[in-house]
Amino acid sequence: MVIYGVSFLGACYILGQLLGEFLAKWIGVKANVGGVGFAMLFLILAHDYFNKRKLFSAEAEKGILFWSQMYIPVIVAMSATQNVVVALDSGLLAILAGVIPVFMCFACIPLLVKLTKSPLNN
Amino acid sequence: MEIIVNFFEKNGLIVAFVAVGIISYLGFLISKHVLKNKIPGAAVSILLGLIVAYFAGLHTGGSKGIADISIFSGMSLLGGSMFRDFAIVSTAMGASFMLIRQTGLAGAIALVLGTTVSFVGGAIIAMFFGYHDAKSIATIGAGACTFIVGPVTGAALQASSEVIALSIATGVVKSIFVTISTPFIAPYIGLNNAHSAMIYGGMMSTTSGVSAGLAATDTKLVPYGALTATFATGMGCLLCPSVFYLILEKIL
Repeated sequence: MVIYGVSFLGACYILGQLLGEFLAKWIGVKANVGGVGFAMLFLILAHDYFNKRKLFSAEAEKGILFWSQMYIPVIVAMSATQNVVVALDSGLLAILAGVIPVFMCFACIPLLVKLTKSPLNN
Repeated sequence: MEIIVNFFEKNGLIVAFVAVGIISYLGFLISKHVLKNKIPGAAVSILLGLIVAYFAGLHTGGSKGIADISIFSGMSLLGGSMFRDFAIVSTAMGASFMLIRQTGLAGAIALVLGTTVSFVGGAIIAMFFGYHDAKSIATIGAGACTFIVGPVTGAALQASSEVIALSIATGVVKSIFVTISTPFIAPYIGLNNAHSAMIYGGMMSTTSGVSAGLAATDTKLVPYGALTATFATGMGCLLCPSVFYLILEKIL
């Protein structure tokens, strides 16, 4: 059933996010640390585990695939609810401090890719 | 009229589904016929979303874009962090654990480097604009990481509320700029595989910017970028008010 997939996804989400909350508390940070990342790892590993034992039906998988296809619409909704006015009106400092470091980071990416690309990956 | 408004408010999430469907349809239409597929439909739709948010913000004076118009209040639920994170997690289904493990170390390096570069960049610009105290400079530098790291750092260092507001604005500008610029810059920085996507996610820090930027570039890359980006806010909240602030204080 489709709900099994959605429920499975929900369980991974809850476990991952909770782990992120506790990890944050443990290292003394006022934010969720990697909750989404942990949830993703749980989903990949658990799905792999159940799939190998043929415990994951195609129907259940549809429950997860639906949400991964809803991803872009959710992002569109997120964009439509951003505070764009304050971003544009907050003056030159906020705009420059928001834009220039992004260019600096973009410039670092090819460098880091080259440095970390082991011969194994090619 | 009142009946319709009340009805829309009560069924906010469903109204949001319809509204996003219309924005996406327009986005794909513009992409296909006006831009001749040069810019992907997803990117145009996201940009349309931002434009809608701008005009809605001008109209209402609120901070939540179109969601401040009461009949569209459901948009803040559909576009809020719960649905966003849930949908991001679901994209991991197609991701390869092998690739993630191979790139794990690179992603971690990117996280530290991304936080450092953003902080330093933001801090230098703050100094150019006449800020001289370590607290304000650190808060604005933290804002250049993400719009959560800024206020968290500012609160921890007891920066002035004006500076904290500025750091949030900086983070919001960054998130929007990453969203818009990623599809254009992607070809020049080799952003077309899992390896570079994980590094990109760590370097850019902002989960919303990364997830939207990759969605507009290539959906297959979303899980890899999002995976590292989701650790970035925690990393920034850890480093900015502590190590980075202390170093800054020593220098000044």
